[in-house]
Amino acid sequence: MNIDGRLNKPFQDVFSDATQEQRGRKIKERAVQPSAISQRQKPDKLVASWDELFERLDIQDGATISFHHHLRNGDKIVNEVVARLASRGIMGLTLAPSALFSVHDALLPYIKDGVIAKIEGSMNGAIGAACSHGEIAQTCILRSHGGRQRAIREGDLPIDVAFIAAPCADSFGNANGLYGSSACGPLSYAKPDSEYAKKVVIITDNLVPYPCSSWSIRGGNVDYVLNVESIGDSSRIVSGTTQLTKSPTQLVIARLAARFIEAAGLMKDGFSFQAGAGGISLAATVFLAERMRNAGIKASFAHGGATKILVDLLEEGLLDSIIDLQSFDLDAVRSCAKNEKHIESDPFSSYGPHANCCVANMLDIALLGATEIDLNFNVNVVTHSDGILLHGIGGHSDASSGAGCTIITAPSFRKRIPIIKEEVTTITCPGELIDVVITERGIAINSRRDDLLWSAKKADLPCVDISQLMHDVYQITGVPEKPHFTDHPVALVEWRDGSLIDTIWQIEE
Amino acid sequence: MSIRDQFEAGFVSKSDCLVKYQATAEPLSIEVHSSVQSLFGNAIRTCAMQMLEEFKVTTGALLVDDDGALDLVIRARIEAVLRSAGYLSQKRLFVDASSGISWQTGVSTIESEKNASLDGGIERPGRSLGADHASKQVRLYMPGDQPHFAINADFYGADILIFDLEDSVPLARKFEARILVRRFLENSFLFRKSERAVRINPLSTEESVHDIAEIVPAMPDIILLPKCESAMDVERLDTLLTANEEEYGLVPGSIRIMPIIESAKGVLAAYEIARASQRNSALCFGYEDFSRDIQSKPDIVKVAHVQDDGSQKVNIPSNPVSSIDSLLARQIIILASRAADIEPLDSSYSDIGNTEGLLNSCYEARALGFTGKSVIHPTQIPYVKKAFLPSDEEVQHAKAVIAAYEESLKAGKGAVAIDGQMIDIPVVEKARRIIEESMHAE
Repeated sequence: MNIDGRLNKPFQDVFSDATQEQRGRKIKERAVQPSAISQRQKPDKLVASWDELFERLDIQDGATISFHHHLRNGDKIVNEVVARLASRGIMGLTLAPSALFSVHDALLPYIKDGVIAKIEGSMNGAIGAACSHGEIAQTCILRSHGGRQRAIREGDLPIDVAFIAAPCADSFGNANGLYGSSACGPLSYAKPDSEYAKKVVIITDNLVPYPCSSWSIRGGNVDYVLNVESIGDSSRIVSGTTQLTKSPTQLVIARLAARFIEAAGLMKDGFSFQAGAGGISLAATVFLAERMRNAGIKASFAHGGATKILVDLLEEGLLDSIIDLQSFDLDAVRSCAKNEKHIESDPFSSYGPHANCCVANMLDIALLGATEIDLNFNVNVVTHSDGILLHGIGGHSDASSGAGCTIITAPSFRKRIPIIKEEVTTITCPGELIDVVITERGIAINSRRDDLLWSAKKADLPCVDISQLMHDVYQITGVPEKPHFTDHPVALVEWRDGSLIDTIWQIEE
Repeated sequence: MSIRDQFEAGFVSKSDCLVKYQATAEPLSIEVHSSVQSLFGNAIRTCAMQMLEEFKVTTGALLVDDDGALDLVIRARIEAVLRSAGYLSQKRLFVDASSGISWQTGVSTIESEKNASLDGGIERPGRSLGADHASKQVRLYMPGDQPHFAINADFYGADILIFDLEDSVPLARKFEARILVRRFLENSFLFRKSERAVRINPLSTEESVHDIAEIVPAMPDIILLPKCESAMDVERLDTLLTANEEEYGLVPGSIRIMPIIESAKGVLAAYEIARASQRNSALCFGYEDFSRDIQSKPDIVKVAHVQDDGSQKVNIPSNPVSSIDSLLARQIIILASRAADIEPLDSSYSDIGNTEGLLNSCYEARALGFTGKSVIHPTQIPYVKKAFLPSDEEVQHAKAVIAAYEESLKAGKGAVAIDGQMIDIPVVEKARRIIEESMHAE
């Protein structure tokens, strides 16, 4: 299938490797490549201003520029770079962020003007909606965190310039996210960009004397370093909440999830888990910890995003370590800086589809969310039932693929919109990787996992057949209509291996 | 007299909708705005047209501004505006499919919904008149005019869900609130686990009569009678209920009463109140109104102990007896209910964020002799349950039941008895629940 001149490999199955032959290409990591630096010469990477930076970078129309999302909703760099490139008359950019937040809604005018022609990376909120309405010139691409680093390493996503906002950096480009007024924790998602982009720029508001410690980004990969006033609004960098959700329905689901994990025998000494940063996952972690305390059980590690809740468990000793890809609050940032058991990971090590160090494969439990689930347990995390693109994939498909038991928690309907449907609007993760769906109306267990069903029934947990659950909810909400699409593809959804698992079509106005 | 021509009901808020009806001579028009337009736009329009047809409305303009309201909520809101505008439902007669009894309702009911709720297979515990052993530990109050509280309320763990038509509903909203509450009660498939109760307005108000007429046909399990001050109040309610039950073909006496005592007079008449009707199943205490009525100032204790510079003169206990002003009243209510062989239930704890204070207040209630407490937010429920946890003996017994049951399963035997009690599935389930509750109350 050919879209926008791109040849797409069809999805085969969850564990296949559609781009196997590409790995033979051996794209070299930048740092190990020879440079023009000779003996006794110190590299000169510091640039004095944005203007000098752009003159030296010489970015052309149609270039691909990349960013990380560790500054979350406090990020100032994506908007700044795009605005400056626009004022220099650059057009047709491909944006390759690891994620976008609502602060980046400011990019919408540049999408309309054609400064940005394509986005390869998660699109949230208004930008996702703009994509669904066909406002982005080219067909965009959605990848999981594991899939993104694969595409970068294997050459599917060639990056011309990686702009890496760094809360702490030296003049060589060694950088981390742990210290300074814009501290955000790990810089995990920028690592593949720093290793494989043609040019790499560190933008910092905290230039420290050489050497910067520690090195999340290796200076050997960096071409330029720019010191600016501020890279982010520190009050919005860590937008995670440590307050337990007040939503009674979310609490019911979280309690049920914790109960299930114990009843299914998954909560055993040395077990490991990944829980998202949503209200249900956070609450479930709290309730699970209570059960661990009662039963005298300790976990070996928690993976994914780090929160105060996890840090508290680490310090209490209920958790042996945290393998962290991004910090959601300041407690997590502090812990990442001072606690050696709080490990900063990178997307290859955490989510690499065929990495023989993949942390996800070491997980016993992944506790994740979804916008829709269907009768075959297929999951959608990117579009809503009305067909509008609103979220990125994140590490969802990577964690689901690796974990021993993947649990989706979600309310069975939001407002009037059912979550369980005959067919999901967009497939982001095939049902064979989803073991359990937990809603306030009961637990639906994939028939592939009779073992879990048996344990749950033995403990008198409220088990429901997924189609029964769907019909129960339909009785309350009514059956929703299906959204109407045009035949214009606005975004492609890649499976972890680079094959095409689904297509998002433009909404019919 | 000025004649209104614009009527509205509901709110533009999550799971609700605002409905406006403009009474004009123009041919009928319907306008629908919704946050779920692309998924339910047609369903909402169809629902509006059915309602207009049912009320034989042929002129005017109907506007529905929706944020994901369920069908029953939209119908309730439309019904409210149309009835305000003077229309009456043309669908007054319906037939109970299971009993074959037909009766008149004073209000509109949707045939399909009624049937859905009837063949929805609702297995409510069979109730015999008089003795009522269902648990009353946690009663959850929900504002009667706000639908999103009620939709998932069955899963929050309350024993009794109370739709409130009294204090949480402003006077101007009472009409539409009671229609909404009636529609929730009719859709009883939403409430399979908890009993459904309605707190009506005090009998001293005109509203209470409308409440009863609207609510009784939808068969709530319990009516809570606020500001109850004498046995006569209960007797009057009993008579009103019986009259309405007979009118709608229901078994007289099937709806139970929980009088709420929240005044000095009420406390002094507690025993007579408790004995005033066979329908009584519990006496409830209402602290806030009681405190106002006796003009107590419990907070003065704390204030008086703080000097002008803000430092404390003497150490006051960090957890003083809460509501010291109501101690005697609470004890009288407990004595009265126990003497009349019904249950005493404590007032709610109003500081939602203060879980420690809530727990303390629950422990005190239990220590005094109350068997349950009401809550005003679902997040309070697990704490009440924790405070009213099963005793060690109950837990030991539950463990023995499970052990005996599993033994009999292994041995392939069918029925088994422990201490002369037959162990069947419900007994095992209850035992498991006791163990689960004793270990994991959060």
